[in-house]
Amino acid sequence: MSFSISLTVNGERRNVELQDPRTTLLDLLREHLRLTGTKKGCDRGQCGACTVLVDGRRINSCLALALSHDGADVLTIEGVADSADLHPVQAAFIAHDGFQCGFCTPGQIMSAIGLIQEGQTGDDPERVREGMSGNLCRCGAYRGITEAVLDARKSLAQAERRDAA
Amino acid sequence: MKVFDYARPRTIAEAIAAAAEPGSVYLAAGTNLLDLMKGGIARPDRVVDVTRLPGLDRIERLPDGGIRIGALVRNADLAQDPDFARTYPAVAEALLSGASAQLRNAATVGGNLLQRTRCGYFHDVASACNKRNPGSGCAARDGENRLHAVLGWSEACIATHPSDFCVPLVALDAVVEIEGRSGRREIALEDLHRLPGHTPELESALEPGDLIVAIRLPAEAAAFSAHARYLKLRERTSYAFAVVSAAAALDIEGGRIRQARIALGGVAPKPWRARAAEDVLTGSAADESGFRRAAAAALADARPSGDNAFKIELAKRIVLRALALAAAGTPEQLPALPASSFSSVPGAHHAA
Repeated sequence: MSFSISLTVNGERRNVELQDPRTTLLDLLREHLRLTGTKKGCDRGQCGACTVLVDGRRINSCLALALSHDGADVLTIEGVADSADLHPVQAAFIAHDGFQCGFCTPGQIMSAIGLIQEGQTGDDPERVREGMSGNLCRCGAYRGITEAVLDARKSLAQAERRDAA
Repeated sequence: MKVFDYARPRTIAEAIAAAAEPGSVYLAAGTNLLDLMKGGIARPDRVVDVTRLPGLDRIERLPDGGIRIGALVRNADLAQDPDFARTYPAVAEALLSGASAQLRNAATVGGNLLQRTRCGYFHDVASACNKRNPGSGCAARDGENRLHAVLGWSEACIATHPSDFCVPLVALDAVVEIEGRSGRREIALEDLHRLPGHTPELESALEPGDLIVAIRLPAEAAAFSAHARYLKLRERTSYAFAVVSAAAALDIEGGRIRQARIALGGVAPKPWRARAAEDVLTGSAADESGFRRAAAAALADARPSGDNAFKIELAKRIVLRALALAAAGTPEQLPALPASSFSSVPGAHHAA
């Protein structure tokens, strides 16, 4: 039996035929849509490498059944840059050395975008670290990651104030 | 993962009919169930997706002063609801100390109640486990058991219940609303989870097809909002299950405790209400000597199930410290590390 679902991924409507109900949202992105920026680390919800935004909220796509997300609006790392311009969080990760090997980085960046939108941290590094604790980095780039998130939060808030003015 | 049939019912009645069939399970966010299915611990024939059922995602203030939380409300949404967090601060703190932000964004409150133990032998399908495979024995009994239960366990099973959320809820007399084949009923959260006895595979009072539709807190639970905390000791600072945790809620007037609520997590097969400890505090002064006696009473029946005698003393200290924190008053803003023992503690001794 096959299942037909439809999602918006990075602003584009995608119809997908699933042969297997076991397909996770992560496998749908990587195997069906060939969006391999979202990484499969542990595949058990422990590392955060598979983090994407679903309807504006960060979740672990490895623990989400694709069938449950029929109709969802998904944002992955491939969809965050504005054509040639990096997203401010991407730029901040480069500026602050927020990675070494880069495997966890798409998940870190998607988690950071979600964290900044949630608006609970202010400029408190302890709240940023706590809010990012669902993303492991085996290279240990945590210090740069925290600085990058704080910096990106500030620049996004400034941009928002400019837009409002 | 075993192949399964997928059903997405439109109504609660359809969901109950589908889930009452043998081999069926309900799926909400799946943050626990999909993990169990990937590991072969859960092997359902049919998955009944309840995430599209209407009307289960609301937080409602009730005319009698209580609150009703729909089973599909996400953990993060409940914790971040300003009115809820102000009225039931220990519940919000417990929610925010659990899992990660990504998991809290997905996980539902109904699913949280029914999450399974993180006992390593339950999760290892090659190990003996009476809960997963009744009659096969308990590998934890002679295994790595330093994190296992010290209260409520049996020879058949020494696993602990992993939820943080349930701990303050059970302290505050939460009620669970259930829809089933014979209609709607409600039970106290304290009676939802069963002790293992000889049948650790029977974990709850739910019958086949039963669906948790809401959790209610009674009006009386709001009496503790000024003095309510959750404290959770973990093996790392964040994103870990409790070694030991405690919810403490006090109703204090003129320095005396009118009523107290205490529950523990990480120590028993269910969220553990410590009524004897509450009784010790009723009518007494809100001071350290009373808290110390209450902590001793909370663990009076505890006994090690293995290499975990340290958890008994640890739990006493966590109860004592949670009570001291509650007496000091609910903070205006939750600490950066919710429920963490590493946050600075006004008025409490480090070597409790």
